[in-house]
Order: sequence, then structure tokens, then C-alpha cells
Amino acid sequence: MLRFLLNRIGLLIPTFIGVSIIAFSFIRLLPGDPILLLAGERGMTDERYQAEVVKYGFDKPIWQQYLNYLGDLLQGDFGTSFVTKKPVLTEFLTLFPATLELSLVAIVLAVVLGVPAGIFAAVKRGSFFDQSIMSTALVGYSMPIFWWGLLLIIFFSGILQWTPVSGRISLLYFFPPVTGFMLVDSLLSGQKGAFASAVSHLILPAIVLATIPLAVIARQTRSAMLEVLGEDYVRTARAKGLPPRRVVGLHALRNALIPVITVIGLSVGTLLAGAILTETIFSWPGIGKWMVDSIFRRDYEVIQGGLMLIAGIVMIVNLIVDLLYGLINPRIRHQ
Amino acid sequence: MSDTTATIPVDFSGRRATRAMLAEFWFYFSENRGAVIGLYVFLTLIAIALLAPLIAPHAPNEQFRDALLLPPFWQEGGRASFLLGTDAVGRDMLSRLLYGSRFSLFIGLVVVSIALAGGITIGLIAGFFRGWVDIVIMRIMDVILAFPSLLLALVLVAVLGPGLLNAMIAIAIVLQPHFVRLTRAQVMAEKTKDYVVSAGVAGAGPIRLMTRTILPNCLAPLIVQATLSFSTAILDAAALGFLGMGAQPPTPEWGTMLADAREFILRAWWVVTLPGLAILITVLAINLVGDGLRDALDPKLKRS
Repeated sequence: MLRFLLNRIGLLIPTFIGVSIIAFSFIRLLPGDPILLLAGERGMTDERYQAEVVKYGFDKPIWQQYLNYLGDLLQGDFGTSFVTKKPVLTEFLTLFPATLELSLVAIVLAVVLGVPAGIFAAVKRGSFFDQSIMSTALVGYSMPIFWWGLLLIIFFSGILQWTPVSGRISLLYFFPPVTGFMLVDSLLSGQKGAFASAVSHLILPAIVLATIPLAVIARQTRSAMLEVLGEDYVRTARAKGLPPRRVVGLHALRNALIPVITVIGLSVGTLLAGAILTETIFSWPGIGKWMVDSIFRRDYEVIQGGLMLIAGIVMIVNLIVDLLYGLINPRIRHQ
Repeated sequence: MSDTTATIPVDFSGRRATRAMLAEFWFYFSENRGAVIGLYVFLTLIAIALLAPLIAPHAPNEQFRDALLLPPFWQEGGRASFLLGTDAVGRDMLSRLLYGSRFSLFIGLVVVSIALAGGITIGLIAGFFRGWVDIVIMRIMDVILAFPSLLLALVLVAVLGPGLLNAMIAIAIVLQPHFVRLTRAQVMAEKTKDYVVSAGVAGAGPIRLMTRTILPNCLAPLIVQATLSFSTAILDAAALGFLGMGAQPPTPEWGTMLADAREFILRAWWVVTLPGLAILITVLAINLVGDGLRDALDPKLKRS
């Protein structure tokens, strides 16, 4: 297992270097002089310009610039926002809990609804339920989620006036962040109605973000179940006279879940991509909206640092999924 | 499936084999009702895109100053000349939606062509030569896949400058690794088979082996992936348009139309609902076809 672990971590190193090269090249590939871009429309004097060139190390050869950048990264220096003047890492860590909370709720929704729906569809293959579940899943899978979010806003916030349109919690409530998760913090604060407010703010974005993973998980669970239900050991279990619930729940499900877990793990990238759209629609103060705003503000150091951090998260999650997979399925470990 | 080598239309017998294969394919494809419906919807969309100038009642960017935010004709205040209403600057929604199909299909076609051509070439090279070439190529693909696709596309567009063409290039780059991985895996599986080895012994050079011998036998999964990427490309391009980084106003691209409509969501449902519905129908039709293709082309599922 340790060798497997080291092997997988070793494979990450070239990817990490590649990702850092992309993030590093990003500012240098932008049309125009990066220093003038940083200066914005005000421009700057010649001395100031020279000072900035030296400060950012643009006077050094490119490989040395890259090594410096890599050194900074390894020390946790991801640059400084040009707009807020705060370190990118600090901004990221302030906003990340919002995205994490939203993504966790979304993935829980997707799993809790998607796995049973998929199992049910597989067991009742060809039935009316199977067909409706699978049609719904295909619609969900094809959904432009930015439009889906707008529709939900029209219906639940506009017509029914049940949910607020944006933000994480009503302005009536204020408490210092403890965990960064609004659901937990609002409970800890003990303020009346704070938790309900947090839930009502979270529910629509979570549904929107969950839509595509939910559809993918339901489809994947169904096909994995169908495959497993045709296996010899399931037939044996049936032939032994075990009740259907036991056959499906114990013998089939355990084996069908392996590919499903992979799909869940791999939806992290999908979730983060979805978070960009979802957070923009609902003004959810997370890293997706942060990145989009930074692109519009031309806050290039934030984009550079954000790219690196987000890719880092995707890589780490994929590594964890890989390791879990190796843990469940020893054959992979020994390849 | 050694008979698939006969897909290269060299002589009469080859053409007959192709026809037989197409008949077999259609037999399995037409069993899937959803796929056939999807195909008809898709063909209708192509017809709409081609005939847009003939069937659209107005020019897509023509502004009718006396008809701002008119509702569809069946609602109070709607006019028969604007069947689906007008947007905030008095442009006919129906005409814009019809013209929009041109952009979506064009985006899908261009993106998939670029990603497919690049992906097949790189994947063939990686799978055929293996060794360090393969390692370098696959690590680069890993790097692209480490970014959430939409984020990378957004940043690429920020570098290249907003616009439809750059959005298409960015999406093609982001989708490419899937084709590379798929081609490589297929090539590696086919390379050691007898028919390839015998072609090599008979004196076929590496390029002929790659393109003539191996590639035709790898096409089935690539076709399925291309179909699914077609819909992903449309969705991503619309998302970029929605974020203001894709097609620029006044282009009647559906995602861009949605971005323009955002501020009216609580006042004029039609400007928001209709473009999104158009995207959904298009993507759904293509995904239905994709599912049908997968069932028809995947020999593993065929037997069941």
C-alpha cells in the first residue's frame, strides 16, 4: 500500500510542474506588457516602471523567473491581489469554505437521490419508473445549469417568494465565522432564525449545482447495477433463495458501488466548474465567483494564484479517490 | 471485428460491406426510440439553421423601437408579428432564436472537428510509439485535465480575448485530452493484434499502419465521444457567452442572449426562458443520439 501511495504521489509531481508552468505563463502570455497591465489605466513613471520590473523579477531570464515563482509557491506565496492588496492565499482561504459548503451539500444531495434512483431503475429495468428516472436524468445531464438557476429564481424567489435571490444569509444576522460553514456557524451563534435563513439561501444554489452530478450518478449507478445483476454470484445468491432485497442490497450493491465512487470523486472537477456558474448566478461569495470577478477586474495575480490553488485541489481529490479505489480494490494496487 | 477494415471504400466489395454495416448499425440504432427522436430533432435543427434567413420573420438584429419587451402573442399585449415576443431593445425573439441555432451547431461542429483531429493525431502518436513520447504527451494531458474545464476555458479566453472564435478554440483545447486518451487506449489494444502485426510484416510503414490499419478499428468509441463532446461544446460555449466571454452582443447566440436577459428575469419570463429552452432541446437531442450511438456501436452491449 505504501508503494502504491508513493507511486501515485510521484505521478503528481510532473502534473504539478505542468500546472505551475501554465499558471506562470498565463500572465506572460497576455497581450501587452504585464507591468503596464498591473498599473491599469493610470500608467506610471519610468522610474516606477523600472522599480516594478525589478520587484516582479521581469529583468531576470525566464527560467530564473519560473524557478522563483516555483519557490514562492512552495513557500505558500501565491501572489497578491492587485485590487484588494491582500495575499491571494488569504483571500482564497476566506472564500473557500463557502464553495466547500455549497459543493458538499450538492454532492450529498446528488448521492442521496442519485444512488437509490439508479438502483431502483436497474432493479425495475424497462418499467415505467426506469424510463421516467432515466429520461429525467438525461434532461438533468443536458441542462444548461446557468439557465436552470435562473428558472428556479423566477419560480421560487419571484413567483412564490420563498427563497432569497443571493448571498449566504440574511443581513439581519451577524456572527463571526467559526468554521466558515454558514449552516454550522448559524447554529453555533444561537440566533433565532439564523439557521433557517442560511438554509433558505443555500437550497437553490445547492440544487442547481447538484443537478448534473445527480444525473451522472443515477445513470452510472443504474448501469453498474445492471452489469452486476447479470453476474454469476448474483445468480447464485438468487438460486440459494435469498430474498431479493438481500441480493440487491448486499451482493449486488457492494460491487456496483465501486465505479459509482469513482464517478463521485471525478465530479469534483465538474462541481468546481459548476460552482463558477452557480456562484455567479446566486452571488454566492465563493471561489468560483471570485475567479470570474477577478477575470473581469483583470486582477491577474489572483487568476494566476487561483488557477494554481484550484488545480491543486482537483489533483489532491483525485489522489484521494485513487487511494480509496486502491483500498477497496486490491487488484489496482498491485498493477 | 476484423471486417471493419473493409470500411475503407476502395472497391465495389468494400462499398457493399459498408452498406451492410450501415444497415446493421441502423438496425440497432433504430431500436432505441429516444435516439431516433433525438436524431429527428437534430435534423430539424440543422434544417432551421440552414433555412434561418428564409423562415425568420425579421432580421435577428433589427430593433423595433415601438415594441420593447413585448410578450408572446398569446399573452395580453402580444402581437402576431412577434410570435414569441421581443427583447429589451425590440428585437424579435423568434428570429433571434432561429438564427441562434446556426451558432450552436457551428460551435459544436468546429469544436469537435478541432478536438477530434488534434486528439486522434496526438493519441495515435502516443499509443503507437509509446516510450517517452507517450509519457510526455500523457502528462501534458493530465495537466489540462487538472483544471475544471470551464475555468481553463475562461482563462484561455481571457488570454486570447473574448469572442466566439476564441471561445471555440479554448473549448476545443479543453475537450482534446478525452480524445487523446481514448485514441491511445484503442491503439494500444489494437496494436498487438494479428492483423496489425501481419500488415507490418507485409511491409506497411508506421504511417500507413496508424492511419489505414489501426485507426478504422478505433472509430466506434471516438464517434460516441465526439457526439457527447458536441453537446458539451454547445453547453460550454453558451456558458462562456452567458459569462460575457463568448460570442459578444448583439450576436444572437443563445448563451449571450441569456446574459442580456438576466436583468429582466422577474419582469419578462420569455427573454430568459426561451433561449435556455433552445439550448436544452439541442443538447438533449444530441445526447439522445449519443446514447443511441453508444448502444449501437458498443459490441459488448449488443449481445445483451
